Amino acid sequence: MKGGRILRVLVATAIALLLVVGIWEGYKWVGQQTGDYWPGTSIDLPASTDDLTMPHAMDIADELFEEVRDGRARLPLYLFLLKKGWFTLQEAAIGFTLGLTVGLGLAILMLRWRVAERGLLPWINVSQTIPLIALAPIVVTWGRQQDLPDMLSISLIAAYLTFFPVAVSALRGLQSPDSDHVELMRSYAAPWWTVLVKLRLPAARVYLFPALKIAATLSVVGAIVGEISIGTKTGLGRAILEYAQRYAVSPERLYASVIGAAVLGLLVFGLVSLAEWIVVRRTGEVTS
Amino acid sequence: MSNPVLAEKAVVIDGVAKVFNEGGDSEVAALSGIDLTVEAGEFISLIGPSGCGKSTLLRLVGDLLAPTTGEVMVFGKSAHEARLDQDYGMVFQHPGLFDWRRVLANIELPLELRGWSKDERSARSAEMLGLVRLEDFGGHYPRQLSGGMQQRVSIARALSFQPKLLLMDEPFGALDEMTREHMQLELLRIWRETQTTVVFVTHSVPESAFLSNRVVVLSPRPGRIHSVVDVDLGDRSDDTRQDPAFFEKATEIREALRAVEGNG
Repeated sequence: MKGGRILRVLVATAIALLLVVGIWEGYKWVGQQTGDYWPGTSIDLPASTDDLTMPHAMDIADELFEEVRDGRARLPLYLFLLKKGWFTLQEAAIGFTLGLTVGLGLAILMLRWRVAERGLLPWINVSQTIPLIALAPIVVTWGRQQDLPDMLSISLIAAYLTFFPVAVSALRGLQSPDSDHVELMRSYAAPWWTVLVKLRLPAARVYLFPALKIAATLSVVGAIVGEISIGTKTGLGRAILEYAQRYAVSPERLYASVIGAAVLGLLVFGLVSLAEWIVVRRTGEVTS
Repeated sequence: MSNPVLAEKAVVIDGVAKVFNEGGDSEVAALSGIDLTVEAGEFISLIGPSGCGKSTLLRLVGDLLAPTTGEVMVFGKSAHEARLDQDYGMVFQHPGLFDWRRVLANIELPLELRGWSKDERSARSAEMLGLVRLEDFGGHYPRQLSGGMQQRVSIARALSFQPKLLLMDEPFGALDEMTREHMQLELLRIWRETQTTVVFVTHSVPESAFLSNRVVVLSPRPGRIHSVVDVDLGDRSDDTRQDPAFFEKATEIREALRAVEGNG
């Protein structure tokens, strides 16, 4: 049963990948035949199909095995991206953990005091309208003044994106137990804290996990954007920035690094889904 | 402070009234002038049309609501003290089991909150599982059980710490007729075995007649006690349902209800 499940996911992933490559190459081929017009018309295709805009999928794949410089060493691009991705993953993981803690903390605060909900919720919403590009230099300047490593500043930026979906969905989840459950705990004369631990937190899990999946991918986005805006010397963001500047010379390389970022996002998404399956699905609970 | 004279009485309701949203635009007088005494070991039903405040009255006994005026005593203590001492178990219309806990863990919830050790808990929950005849389902999650089985778990949970009083709010209201009749027999068996006092809210006439020693008929808006019907049918079995004495009592209760609804 479990093995079959994993096999199904693998097969589905492979089919999806083939489909994307097929559409990519098909579109490119049509464009090459018609000179970037819709077949039989003189309407421009939305994207040009030359090798600079759309390199061949195989060329992008080949690029992953090209050697690149990493300091004094030389190594294949995929290993280079793995190395940088590992760094970014750590930043994202710290950011995710921080965001989870802060988000949960805020949700519990808002649950406990209605005043806090009225006072905090608007600010939590406003916080997400501030562009990261503006926030990043502030965080990093402040971080350097406090002698924090840049890596931690980047994690803070990732946490800034992460805490929001956690706080909002956790609050909904904590408020989700119906009155029967709450009255039952009251009939046991259970104090507030016990109700939180025995009833509200477990009930919140089914609301929390979908948000955690979003938060996990956001933490990767946050880490990469953080790296780019801080100008750190390492991480996936740095690699993307570098390859973006040399796009005209080798577009395949930028595409390859973007694939690296996507794989990282998928990885964290998968990890949270696995955790969800372990914690929630086996009890037969319905996930929202 | 425990009062020795009243300790014989499971519940004493003295001049109780309940007004919701007092002084507000949506002020509702839910109950008025309620006096009722429930003897220890008795099975008493509260019946009445919707809006008669029977569930409210049950919640006043359980100190889930506070009376606007009057006093509720449970085993000689105030209802509040009785709740803090966890003197009663509660069963709602919906089983209200925790989805993330297996059946045994659900039954053990109140024991956990009382700080029982793991061994004490599993001994008691196994015993309770036997009482409600679900021995084979301890490791199941609630969603794997039928509604009737879930309600039996809920009863086992309410009885796990052996409270002297069981408060039940239309516990069989969501069950189909066959399951319901089966559960009624089970409940009576458990009641005899545990010698618990039961206060049972229902809107079913045959159910109240079949289960109770006394049936309290409430009239609506505001809820008042219209009459109290004594029911003495001896030991109940499925045959009781065909007994003329049973029909007679059911008719008596039904007529009281008709009178109440006519006035309402």
